[in-house]
Amino acid sequence: MSEKYDVIVIGSGPAGYVAAIRAAQLGLKTACIEKWQNTAGKGVNGGTCLNVGCIPSKALLDSSYKYHEAKEDLQIHGISAKEVTIDVAEMLKRKDKIISQLTGGIAGLFKANGVVPLYGTGKLLSGKRVELTDNEGQVTILETENVILASGSLPIEIPVAPVDGNLIVDSTGALEIDSVPKRLGVIGAGVIGLELGSVWNRMGSEVVLLEAMEDFLAIMDKAIARETKKIFGKQGLDIRLGARVTGTETKGKKVQVTYQSVDGAEHQETFDKLIVCVGRRAYTDGLLADDSGVQLDERGTIFVNEQCATNAPGVYAIGDVVRGPMLAHKGSEEGVMVAEIIAGHKAQMNYDVVPNVIYTHPEVASVGQTEEQIKAAGEPYNVGTFPFAASGRAMAANDTDGMVKIIAHAETDRILGCHIVGPSAADLVQQVAIAMEFGSSAEDIGMTVFGHPTLSEAVHEAALAVNGAAIHIANRKKR
Amino acid sequence: MAIEIKAPTYPESVQEGTLATWHKGVGDSVTRDELIVDIETDKVVLEVVAPASGTLSQTFKSEGDIVLSNEIIAQIEEGAVAQPAATPTAPAESPAQADEAAPAVNPAAKKLADERGINLDHVIGTGKGGRITKEDVVNYQPPQDQPPVSPAAAESTAGSQEVAEVGERVERRVAMTRMRSRIAERLLEVTQTTASLTTFNEVDMSALMGLRKKHQDQFTKTHSGTRLGFMGFFVKASVEALKRFPLVNASIDGTDVVYHGYQDVGVAVSTDRGLVVPVLRNAENMSIATIENSISDYAGKAREGKLAIEEITGGTFTITNGGVYGSLLSTPIINPPQTAILGMHSIQQRPVAVDGQVEIRPMMNLALSYDHRLIDGKDAVQFLVTIKQLIEDPAKILLEI
Repeated sequence: MSEKYDVIVIGSGPAGYVAAIRAAQLGLKTACIEKWQNTAGKGVNGGTCLNVGCIPSKALLDSSYKYHEAKEDLQIHGISAKEVTIDVAEMLKRKDKIISQLTGGIAGLFKANGVVPLYGTGKLLSGKRVELTDNEGQVTILETENVILASGSLPIEIPVAPVDGNLIVDSTGALEIDSVPKRLGVIGAGVIGLELGSVWNRMGSEVVLLEAMEDFLAIMDKAIARETKKIFGKQGLDIRLGARVTGTETKGKKVQVTYQSVDGAEHQETFDKLIVCVGRRAYTDGLLADDSGVQLDERGTIFVNEQCATNAPGVYAIGDVVRGPMLAHKGSEEGVMVAEIIAGHKAQMNYDVVPNVIYTHPEVASVGQTEEQIKAAGEPYNVGTFPFAASGRAMAANDTDGMVKIIAHAETDRILGCHIVGPSAADLVQQVAIAMEFGSSAEDIGMTVFGHPTLSEAVHEAALAVNGAAIHIANRKKR
Repeated sequence: MAIEIKAPTYPESVQEGTLATWHKGVGDSVTRDELIVDIETDKVVLEVVAPASGTLSQTFKSEGDIVLSNEIIAQIEEGAVAQPAATPTAPAESPAQADEAAPAVNPAAKKLADERGINLDHVIGTGKGGRITKEDVVNYQPPQDQPPVSPAAAESTAGSQEVAEVGERVERRVAMTRMRSRIAERLLEVTQTTASLTTFNEVDMSALMGLRKKHQDQFTKTHSGTRLGFMGFFVKASVEALKRFPLVNASIDGTDVVYHGYQDVGVAVSTDRGLVVPVLRNAENMSIATIENSISDYAGKAREGKLAIEEITGGTFTITNGGVYGSLLSTPIINPPQTAILGMHSIQQRPVAVDGQVEIRPMMNLALSYDHRLIDGKDAVQFLVTIKQLIEDPAKILLEI
């Protein structure tokens, strides 16, 4: 059988499934190949994000937060709740239900849009042909006009802490931990480490995060990173910077971790569970035939240009498997861009306004450039900040940690970046992202009417503060 | 993203051009391949089209300014025109940018413009969909005073001043067009650098006219409407004669004589702006139908100013026809670096002696101007005689005798 398609997408994570749906909407004959199988052995769509990433982690974060709030934060309201317990199995069941709802949803969307779902492993051959090996081992060669590679990424493994799925787990395994570990070690205090560490910390684990870098959240705006570390410290997360793990040893039901601190001294810690989350790498194993024409760059990601086209004509690559932040929405928008380009539209993506979120509580979110990046570029800038401690709404919600920071060009007042740690940071940053898409100045946000009392007002005030016009805090004197 | 619009690369023989007409103004939206501006050179008018869609954000030359090869003349802000798929987050059905209406203005931009007394119509918006942002207003520079009109401005417009004397005797002073100046220059050059002489002869057109009358209908039918004229035969006759007299087909380059192994025959066409000479390349390989077609094609293009530079450069020999305007006899001027030019004139019914009898025959005077530095009188005369003979007995062209 060699049916000719207009587009074949390999991978149905947020990049792949969005690309497939958009392509089909634009009238292209599209198929989407997925190799992921659920525990029942059935092919499911959604990739890392839906199955073992964004969605399950958010489900656990919310469940654990509610538990923590019920245990610790209700007294102040005058509420007494004794005997608050959490059934981890129930929590995991709810997570699984959400996953299955969403993955089923994608299958439904494929059907509604006419995307042909294919289950099995896809491999790109030369000449725009794709070899499909289905889950029974049967091989078919498919012909297509265009291929979109969206095979995503995998957790990076480190030899000093090999994942055994039991005591030492990666992020996938961390979402299946079935009982609250007394002591939890996390190698890597990045986004994933902080989120997973938070989940179990709220549920009662003593959490130690070992971060090899000396700077906390090094790629974030420093002021926000500093504020965030303070807040997490208060929450009881033990974040050790400059801690380089040199070895692990499993002893019975515990795992001993040896690490070196900055001064060269060696330390040891014992944990009931160890999560390894030091980053992710592009997943191209078995994806490309030697003569496919697609090239990888030195970091193993598929090399593409600004429009996600690879070196092989008619072959595109999107999402975690290519350059750029490994964010689901970045992959999705690349998917839309590529589908539209294939359909003959002019499409490009604005990589400068891609929001970035850590879903801890408080959330940490940012869009645009950090103050350090702007300074390094030599651009003159102004900064406006507003702490949630001064927000009436935040006070009412008893959620006053954090602040909003907006950076604008000193001469044109154009908003260059926004960084927030605080309640609903993700949704607040999105407001500024929209403003930035329209080339807004800080004054434009200052001139917009914001509802009161809202958390959004913190954005309003920070924008006013850029130009020394904040009302609800004293403005910084102009130097 | 700003894209530069540059003047095209001029061929070697063209030094500079003049910005003739802006078809788009600052702030106008342009689509890819749309005509933006005309640049006039000595020979042709060059059209510059937009390389991408967007808004014409700046122009650096005014009408009448001198424009050099590849010089930047304008700037386009890409992407501002209605392209629903150009924005990553907008749905495909997003409304097209209303570029007929004024562009949207961000609130702080309007405030600043009001405060500074800036007319927003003059500000180019670089925001999404052409919105004017505060940044655009901050960066706005009011326009400089217009530069003085260059001497090569259009003859009939800007440069003219009416000097009305008291009473009668009005004079009007108008600068030469670029093309006119150039023509004047070249003609002066030719007369000063060549030893130009003209030899005359006359040709009896009756045989040709008879042939034409006899075969016109079939010719027109066979060749899809192309009419059989005289030029086809004159070109053929010239080619044959050029083969026999290679010196007439040659050029002088410094102290060298360049003999060309092909015959590129230029046919002069008169236009509003002056005389242009499109060239029939390898005329020796062209059929009469092809020649007639090409000439009519060129004439059309020439009148519309749409001849390409490649179409009017080169040439090893030129034919000019003053006869269409009623000229009986003239001394055409050589087209350098060629060394000769054939002048055709009007056909006049005249009494001539044929075998001792007086007959009325349709006669045309022929003139051959030639550069005596290369071509001797004898060759020039015999060349012209050859053409006469070939025309008077067209079969000779076919038989190459």
